[in-house]
Amino acid sequence: MKLIFERSIPGHGQTLLPHCDVPEITLDAPGRETPLHLAELSENDLSRHFTELSKQVHGVNCGFYPLGSCTMKYSPKLDEDMAALPGFTDIHPLQPAHTAQGCLHVLHEAAQQLCVITGMDEMTMQPAAGAHGEFTGLLLIKSYHRSRGDDKRTKIIVPDSAHGTNPASASMAGFTIVNVPSRADGCVDLEKLKAAVGDDTAGLMLTNPNTVGLFDKNILEITKIIHDAGGLNYYDGANLNAVMGIVRPGDMGFDVVHVNLHKTFATPHGGGGPGSGPVGCKAFLADFLPGQVVRCADGVYTLSTPEKSIGCVRGFHGNFLVAVKALTYLMMLGREGVPEAARNAVLNANYLMHRIKGSYPPAVDGICMHEFVASMDKAKHEFGVSATDVAKAMLDYGIHPPTMYFPLIVHEALMFEPTETESKATLDETADILLEIMERAKSDPDSLHAAPLTAPIGRPDEVTAARQPVTRYVFEQ
Amino acid sequence: MGTFVPHTPEEQRAMLQAIGLDSFDGLYADVPAGVRLTDLPLPSGMSELEARRTMEEMAAENFRFRHIFRGAGAYCHYIPSVVKQIASKEEFVTAYTPYQAEISQGVLQSIFEYQTMICDLTGMDVSNASVYDGCTAAAEAAAMCRDRKRGVVLVSAAAHPYARKTIGTYCFGSGAEVVTVPEKDGRTDLEALKELLNDQSACFYFQQPSFFGCIEDADAICALVHEAGAKLIMGSYPMALALLKTPGEVGADVAVGEGQPLGLSVAFGGPYLGFMAAGGALTRKLPGRIVGQTVDDQGRRAFVLTLQAREQHIRREKAGSNICSNEALCALTATAYLAAMGPEGFREAARQSVAKAHYLEKKLSDAGLKRIHSGEFFNEFVTSTPVPAADILAALEDRDYLGGLPLGKNEILWCATEKNTAAEIDELAEIVKEVTGA
Repeated sequence: MKLIFERSIPGHGQTLLPHCDVPEITLDAPGRETPLHLAELSENDLSRHFTELSKQVHGVNCGFYPLGSCTMKYSPKLDEDMAALPGFTDIHPLQPAHTAQGCLHVLHEAAQQLCVITGMDEMTMQPAAGAHGEFTGLLLIKSYHRSRGDDKRTKIIVPDSAHGTNPASASMAGFTIVNVPSRADGCVDLEKLKAAVGDDTAGLMLTNPNTVGLFDKNILEITKIIHDAGGLNYYDGANLNAVMGIVRPGDMGFDVVHVNLHKTFATPHGGGGPGSGPVGCKAFLADFLPGQVVRCADGVYTLSTPEKSIGCVRGFHGNFLVAVKALTYLMMLGREGVPEAARNAVLNANYLMHRIKGSYPPAVDGICMHEFVASMDKAKHEFGVSATDVAKAMLDYGIHPPTMYFPLIVHEALMFEPTETESKATLDETADILLEIMERAKSDPDSLHAAPLTAPIGRPDEVTAARQPVTRYVFEQ
Repeated sequence: MGTFVPHTPEEQRAMLQAIGLDSFDGLYADVPAGVRLTDLPLPSGMSELEARRTMEEMAAENFRFRHIFRGAGAYCHYIPSVVKQIASKEEFVTAYTPYQAEISQGVLQSIFEYQTMICDLTGMDVSNASVYDGCTAAAEAAAMCRDRKRGVVLVSAAAHPYARKTIGTYCFGSGAEVVTVPEKDGRTDLEALKELLNDQSACFYFQQPSFFGCIEDADAICALVHEAGAKLIMGSYPMALALLKTPGEVGADVAVGEGQPLGLSVAFGGPYLGFMAAGGALTRKLPGRIVGQTVDDQGRRAFVLTLQAREQHIRREKAGSNICSNEALCALTATAYLAAMGPEGFREAARQSVAKAHYLEKKLSDAGLKRIHSGEFFNEFVTSTPVPAADILAALEDRDYLGGLPLGKNEILWCATEKNTAAEIDELAEIVKEVTGA
């Protein structure tokens, strides 16, 4: 389809602004010399352009989206309405606190409820995404050791089953990464962990359930090994949807946690953001939190900067409207609904796994948490059909594929996360489709290599894209 | 209570039975009994109507000013209706990062269009798909410019305090030294900059216009920075890119900025949008997602996430940045905004912002509030106040005006945009006069 620039016609446009009602000013400073192109379209053409683009996007509202590790649950529409209230959207971030009590109330209440769910004492809403939260949490750990004069703690332990952001965040925070091999089920190898810790251990980054979809039952021992060595435990909240309301990171021995509001707390992901990655910590780390923390006394909300704050990880108070959406969602779920959602997320994953496991062997047999990983290793060897082929075939059935080739410790991995908002009927239909795809893999593998056939495009040439990058449209001069 | 779980109890039982369990408890057998929660001390769940009422009540606890003359990093520009409609299309709103290109062409193409517009605005070669906000864009840019030989990051004291603080925090992580270059008359002190630059300097970050609204001598800054062998990171107020020499024309190595003025509401600080663009030589150092054009298996034009070898999911600890989620929907909003405004409409919004700010400055001057800096300003400026700034701002607040940002006991940073009318500026000046007695 046409680019917006290819639809642009000189002279087309819209009447948006009134004539200037004050004297015009010409600046003496050196002005822009090169022409500004942007695009020139009537409102109708502009609206249609984006409508056409929207038809080439698969969102949760279009169909099933079992993208592992991303928790693509349904986002209640009320969230959108609440985040569009002018009483929130029109509030300037530097308004005096007494005129922004509603915004501070939202941030305070969201932080409080997330503290209850994670078992933490304080929470900053400033980080804008999960990876951003990881970076923030690691800086808290760094500041903590420094504040004690314990400068030799320079290493962060990361299991090799971890999300790629974990080692990248630790590196950004100035740590050296110690990769610890996991067991085949993604769980921590206690002996290898014991061998890896020492007086240079700053901390451990872990997600539990792990990336293979299992709850690590040795979790209390794991966090104790780190604590005994003088390190701190960081909880990557990417998989919190499995256990919210069931067990809390704070009770499992974690000192810092980030949560992904755009995963667990149902705020939509917007095709790549905005997200929000609040970071919670135990009281002994609270003085290091970034930005300003909201306090409440006698019903009045105020902002204060923590005493030994690491500074700012972003401007202002984070992605505020995302917090509005998450709080709206949390209010509807409440005390009973939070664990209910987790239980059903786990039920749905187990049910789907059970329905397809004959053709899609799980990396680990047994009960999984909110997601499971199937390996296409056997299909690849026997039929020449890869995880990619299966994923691309799913596109022709209107289903977003699972996460592919992650975690790295499982060959030809497909990671399914159905979430709790999908019905039994959807899961059954999907299971039938997946079984049909595997039948095709046996009888007509080439039909899978050719997939997708009904998507707006076929498989793209990614190699050329990377070798000869074309990252923008070039305007005719 | 609503959990958005569609199952009936019968369906749940059937599903549990299918997997060989008779209750939900069996799902959590691996969770140590000692830490299993028996109760979650949250309020009980609400119906949609109750939740709506509660949130609406919270929104009503805010005071929504009718007239806003405060900027300082968050700007009230006009947002055309079509922009809001486009940005609320469910397909865009509910998609994840476009990993599966075949069913994500709409998002990918919108990012390609965004990247094109950012390059068009800044005069740079290559843009990424966005970062969290203007402050993190500045901090990520500083990380891009450092190498083993040159590790010191220089930052102008005339840049936004939050950008400076964010750079400081990111550098606390990486261990890089940050040197603040003093401000003089609301701008970077060029002599001090010259003195502080040396063969350890990785880069210098400044903003056009400065935090105080003053127009910086970008050419002189660029010459000094490049003479010392360091890289130049130029932060820009997007509206200024319509009128002033662009980072590309100045010769900056990286152009960054806060994209909020491009169609996003002030929203108590977010979501916003950090834009980042670089000269071609730095393409592979840019953090975050980048969309590239290619062809599909039938030779049709297609778009994909590209140059992924830079990123965390491939390089893990060797990646230059950990960013994955960015602000895609905000980038789409900015694209729709820039297309709705068009080149002439966008320039007009910038011109009117400048004109209104200068009219405001004159009116305030007549009311006894004199600008404290010399030289040209864009749409923000700082005045001193003959009476405490708090008194003036309180009087304005009583009349539904959010005045400028107090910088000290007797200084205010004012801002105007195309949304402010001559009539409201006149009224604001009258209110100020009543306080100052001018």
